[in-house]
Amino acid sequence: MNATLFYVTFALYMSATAAYLVYLAKPSESLGKYARCLLASGFVVHIVFTIHRYVVAGHTPITNLHESLSFFSMAVVGVFIFIERRFKIPVLGSFVTPVALALMGVSSLFPSAFAPLNPALKSKWLVFHTVVAFLGYASFAVAFGAAIIYLMQERFLKKKKLGGLFQRLPSLNTLDEINYRCLTFGFPLLTVAIISGAIWAETAWGTYWSWDPKETWSLITWFVYAALLHGRLTTGWRGKKAAILAIIGFFVMLFTFLGVNLLMTGLHSYK
Amino acid sequence: MSTNKRNFVESLWDFFCSLKLSISLLIGLALTSIIGTVVPQGSIPPEYLQTISESKFKLYQSLSFFDMYHSWWFMLLLYLLTVNLVSCSIKRLPRVWKMVFEPQLVMDEGLEKSLSLTHEFKISGDAVTKLKDFLASAVATPVVTETDGSTHLFAQKTPWCRLGVYVVHLSIIIIFIGALIGSFFGYKAMVNIPEGMAVDTVYAPGDKAIKLDFAVKLEKFSVSYYNTGAPKEFKSILTLIENGQPVKGYEKVPVIVNDPLSYKGITFYQSSYGQSGEGSLYHFNVSRRGGSGGAQLDLKKGEQVTLNGGATLEVLEATQDVRQFMPEFSGPAAKVLLKMPGKAPASFIVFKNHPEIEEQRKGELVLEYAGADEKLYTGLQVAKDPGVWIVWLGCALMTIGIYMAFFLSHNRVWIRISNGRVVMGGTASKNPAAFESKFEALVEKVKALK
Repeated sequence: MNATLFYVTFALYMSATAAYLVYLAKPSESLGKYARCLLASGFVVHIVFTIHRYVVAGHTPITNLHESLSFFSMAVVGVFIFIERRFKIPVLGSFVTPVALALMGVSSLFPSAFAPLNPALKSKWLVFHTVVAFLGYASFAVAFGAAIIYLMQERFLKKKKLGGLFQRLPSLNTLDEINYRCLTFGFPLLTVAIISGAIWAETAWGTYWSWDPKETWSLITWFVYAALLHGRLTTGWRGKKAAILAIIGFFVMLFTFLGVNLLMTGLHSYK
Repeated sequence: MSTNKRNFVESLWDFFCSLKLSISLLIGLALTSIIGTVVPQGSIPPEYLQTISESKFKLYQSLSFFDMYHSWWFMLLLYLLTVNLVSCSIKRLPRVWKMVFEPQLVMDEGLEKSLSLTHEFKISGDAVTKLKDFLASAVATPVVTETDGSTHLFAQKTPWCRLGVYVVHLSIIIIFIGALIGSFFGYKAMVNIPEGMAVDTVYAPGDKAIKLDFAVKLEKFSVSYYNTGAPKEFKSILTLIENGQPVKGYEKVPVIVNDPLSYKGITFYQSSYGQSGEGSLYHFNVSRRGGSGGAQLDLKKGEQVTLNGGATLEVLEATQDVRQFMPEFSGPAAKVLLKMPGKAPASFIVFKNHPEIEEQRKGELVLEYAGADEKLYTGLQVAKDPGVWIVWLGCALMTIGIYMAFFLSHNRVWIRISNGRVVMGGTASKNPAAFESKFEALVEKVKALK
């Protein structure tokens, strides 16, 4: 049952991604709608999958890599749907849905067995801390998508290749705006995730900050995005520089999420 | 000379006020923080020397890489960041303060030109009253100013959200102060307590003993498991004893992971556990090969017992479940040292569930192991941090400040009325696109006023 829901989600995301990629090559209003419907239904099944897993496991399904990658993917799709409704640019989907699909693909490689909860994770903070962190991660992932398109558009402009693809992609201004909007969601969420993590650490380990690799890398991510936010206050940092820093920030964030779990040992290395 | 001095002070001030410094410090902190996640922190020198050469070790040591988050240069970066954000705030706050508390009530020509959203139209009847009521219901109660022949209305929403940035900056400083208080007046220590024992001394890193004003007694320790064999819960039942008496309300308190016990500013956290050799009794039955009956023996670890006939027996180590060391066997097992008179001492393992192994030994004496009353000890993390509440205050302020800075916008609307001609202008501190559509809707409503 649970695996079926997972693969239905996977299949719907795959078709949505395909539709968005066709849309990129040959945009039409009906295709955009079709892609959005596929993605939205995938999102609904994904939510059902997560709730089902919650009920069966008896805790928030975010305690191993299979679950957390799937949750990350769900958050990315959710934030994208939200942003798409606001800015009405379906073409962003051509760059964000592949990320969500890839996350599901990687998630399927990890064992999906229900594991009982490790005593350290038995806390009321588990839900809040992880959900907030993943919504923040998802905002940064959408900002990453917008930043990639920004750099593409910038190249087209520089090389004066103002052809079809250039016309179909959003303007530099819109992309920069999306980048900034995502940052203004992602940064507060990351801050609250770090603070709630500190409160949890205080009750579990007796210290709100112990320079554990996960803590340190989340702080590094925070520093990078704080630098980007302050950089944007000076005129020279908008646009291209902001896009590059959003891409760097995304990779730092990805390392905070995955690299620390897979490569480093510490209090947070739940695999 | 004095102008030189002034120039120097001024340029120093400008240096600390610059946004470039903030960005460089943030990037610098991000980059240097990586070191401590790659080089293990706080290990002992021999462990480092196993993986890196001696010259590298000396270099890293001189750069404080083994405890980098407390090194002088990392602290320097944090202090510089603090000075930077204080200077930036001092420099920029007065202007923002003025904007919040002494708003520009009149839209003059200069302001009108600087606004990207302005509209001009005519309105019939008592324009001032109509517009006043309209602004009061649509935005906020307006301030009315009369100048030569013109009436000016000004309404604004959440002006104080502009202070959000400074609330965040202040919160960072408060968190630093809390952390400093914790590092000067607090400590982190460990203590192991065997079941049934009480201790009043805990150990900080480096085996520094810290004596408490009260004692902690471990009444009982238990571990429960899931069906899969993974641990489910570690539980210590603790009683605090002060002046020889149990403290009221602190008797037999269960402490589990994520649910610590606090008393007089000192908090005890469930951290680890293990088998305590102290006080445990190991039960054996010893008989002569071919003989019947035999003698019951209760041994303590490390204690040599002389048997009938002059042999001595000693328990070297024991386990409740041998499977983790020898997967082919199960159940309790004990490693013993048996010295028969006139023979070399022999060390071997006796299994409770596998008496056939003892048979195969073909010794003169046959040992049966009946298991042990083994005592457990609990490992508690002990922390005293008088700064923690200041840190929480900082965190709360940071959350509020971030909400103000990211999710609230200072929206301002000016209206100038002269001879039935109305000029309306507006601006927002955030999300200009969203404000533009709001402003256009407002203008449409005003035009529709009859």
